Amino acid sequence: MDVTDTEAERGFRAEARAWLTANVPTDPLPSGDTAEGFRAHLDWERRLFDAGWAVVSWPAAYGGRDASLWEWLIFEEEYYRAGAPQRVTQNGIFLLAPTLFEFGTREQQDTLLPRMAAGQDLWCQGWSEPGAGSDLAAIGSRAVRDEAAGGWRLTGQKTWTTRGAFCTHLFGLFRTDPAAGRHRGLTYFLLDLDSPGVTVRGFDRFDGDEGFAEVFLTDVFVPDSGVLGGVNEGWSVAMATTGSERGLTLRSPGRFLSAADRLVALGREHGGRLTDVVRDRIAGEWMKAQAYQNFTLAQVTDIVEKRSPGARSSLNKVFWSELDISLHETALELLGPAGQWEGPWSRGFQFSLAGPIYAGTNEIQRNIIAERVLGLPRR
Amino acid sequence: MRFAPTTEQLDLRDVVRALWEDRCPPAVIRAAATDPADPSILALYRDFAELGAAGLLIDERAGGLGLDENYLVPVLIEVGRAGVPLPITETIAVAAGIAGAVGLDADLAAGNLRVACDLQVSVPAARAHSADVLLAGGWGGRGEITVLYLAGAQLEAVEAMDPAADLCRIQGAAVLHRVADPVLVEQAWNRGVLGAAAELVGLSRRMLDLTVAYVAERRQFGVPIGSFQAVKHQLASALIAVEFAAPTVARAGAALAAGDEDAGIHACTAKALASDAARQVARAAIQCHGAIAYTTEYDLHLFAKRAWFLAAAWGSAAWHRDRIAGALGLPSSGRGPTQ
Ligand SMILES: Cc1cc2nc3c(=O)[nH]c(=O)nc-3n(C[C@H](O)[C@H](O)[C@H](O)COP(=O)(O)OP(=O)(O)OC[C@H]3O[C@@H](n4cnc5c(N)ncnc54)[C@H](O)[C@@H]3O)c2cc1C
Repeated sequence: MDVTDTEAERGFRAEARAWLTANVPTDPLPSGDTAEGFRAHLDWERRLFDAGWAVVSWPAAYGGRDASLWEWLIFEEEYYRAGAPQRVTQNGIFLLAPTLFEFGTREQQDTLLPRMAAGQDLWCQGWSEPGAGSDLAAIGSRAVRDEAAGGWRLTGQKTWTTRGAFCTHLFGLFRTDPAAGRHRGLTYFLLDLDSPGVTVRGFDRFDGDEGFAEVFLTDVFVPDSGVLGGVNEGWSVAMATTGSERGLTLRSPGRFLSAADRLVALGREHGGRLTDVVRDRIAGEWMKAQAYQNFTLAQVTDIVEKRSPGARSSLNKVFWSELDISLHETALELLGPAGQWEGPWSRGFQFSLAGPIYAGTNEIQRNIIAERVLGLPRR
Repeated sequence: MRFAPTTEQLDLRDVVRALWEDRCPPAVIRAAATDPADPSILALYRDFAELGAAGLLIDERAGGLGLDENYLVPVLIEVGRAGVPLPITETIAVAAGIAGAVGLDADLAAGNLRVACDLQVSVPAARAHSADVLLAGGWGGRGEITVLYLAGAQLEAVEAMDPAADLCRIQGAAVLHRVADPVLVEQAWNRGVLGAAAELVGLSRRMLDLTVAYVAERRQFGVPIGSFQAVKHQLASALIAVEFAAPTVARAGAALAAGDEDAGIHACTAKALASDAARQVARAAIQCHGAIAYTTEYDLHLFAKRAWFLAAAWGSAAWHRDRIAGALGLPSSGRGPTQ
């Protein structure tokens, strides 16, 4: 066991911290889930990119700095410690990119990754449909072969598409072979939301921000270069990287370590009103954030040493999402009626409630844990 | 012994429920979020007052119904169930005794006055835009209550998570009276606590009903999602929480009506259990719906946000537990929960 930074990691941490200290906006940006806030966040993304901090773990050729997974964790820790803005590019850089690295052709990687890193192409995730949420394999949106044009014609509807109204591109699963088994006939497509036949309707999430969208597709042409991985292999392509969404890359420990620190600071600020019960709860939340970090360190070691976490990524998902809620509930408890006023804690609380729903609901994760980690019989 | 509402109480409840079903659909809550003093919202109060419910606790000589908290609880459960965006608990429960002391009882009973409360003085008050009178002070049932007139006061909105909370900081309200009678101040507080608890029970039931109906309809993996144990168990647990909070709220109403010495303790227990139940139900309801719960287009959020707001108002569950611990003679480290 060695939990200290190496010489190189110390240098990396110092460089990241110095840059963030000098560059993180002092006033918080407006919510990135509104049109105006999204634009403000894009300016920030471009600043990150220009300084080489947008996608630290990617190859330098694509705008990264070839950082190791350990360095990536360090960057995330420093990022949240500095109170830097939310990453509105996350669905591209954290969810699509790992899939592109694993399954993309060289040409797809060369054309798409640099534009994604630079915040030129903004990607949203088009998996869910009205009839396909937890049961993702029930996807009904179709893609029909257009041989003459050298591509596919996509028709159907996606929903819950995060920031879909502000994005330029969508990655999603479409049914290419309706005759095949539910999981077999799906293909992973990459498409431009400006294509003829696409209509996007933004709508409000729980907190009133326009963070959701419905995407309607009617006979939308996507060339063959927009197929990621093999035709009819979309399910396994998508599943190969669901681990990224459930655990590590979407919700690094840095995020919760800094949230726990903010909670501790809130407790100190309200020292006079801090009851033993709330004091106990704050300490408990802080400890959970520590445990999440420790679990993640072990998981990163596994990945670095080429042991796949597999279904264990479901453990991350349940843990961080429930930690996020209890941490915010503790803050609201401490604040009393003022916790109900608009502010960072009530906003954070509302957002935390979505955690056990997106990226595969916690019920589904617990099914996975029970069946695939514990090996319990399936129904 | 008989621990159930009388036919009369049930009849009153049914009339009130029917009124809200007809006149207070979720669209009305949404309208209140845009304009809390919208004429249609104030008209809603007129309809309610026409049932006589505004003067439920007010003496018959002043034009009230002269009823007690046993009738109040079922009425306010219905107010909660509908998420009525009006200060009804404040007006018909909290203000009833105070109004009698300052000669406003006939106006109140006639439905001509609506009341908001600023219990901690200079903390934003809820629903002030639809109120005419403000009661300031009396937190915890102690101190004195100032009765202020809101016409001509400056109201500065404070944004809240609950879009229909209508929170305002109030300045320049003219003082009409001061009420220092400890019996009246304590009664006002206990009725507020009881009213919030009753509304929370109604909100919990509404959220549960919505969710049970949704999970029976919504299909995934070829079956209704309500057939999954993970969903069933969350809703069963939520129901258990409500079913044990509700009789405790009824008991608190009975204790206040009978003037029991320990009525305040029953009110604390009711508010603590109802707050915890409502929070548990909100959480389960959102989770069992999936993403649709997380939109403002679907109605659930209106009730969940109202429930969180009320759970934190009139003393949180922790605040009431602390009071009960004190009443039980448990020594304390001296630091009470956030008011
Ligand atoms: C904030 C947010 C952002 C999102 N962003 C995106 C996005 O960008 N792109 C995208 O494609 N999707 C997105 N989603 C959608 C998300 O992936 C789905 O909400 C999720 O998969 C659940 O599907 P559903 O909402 O249809 O719920 P349902 O699948 O209908 O589930 C409802 C309830 O039933 C339970 N349930 C279902 N099946 C089972 C079972 N087999 N066993 C036990 N319980 C079960 C669920 O756990 C849940 O509690 C987002 C969702 C949220 C809340």
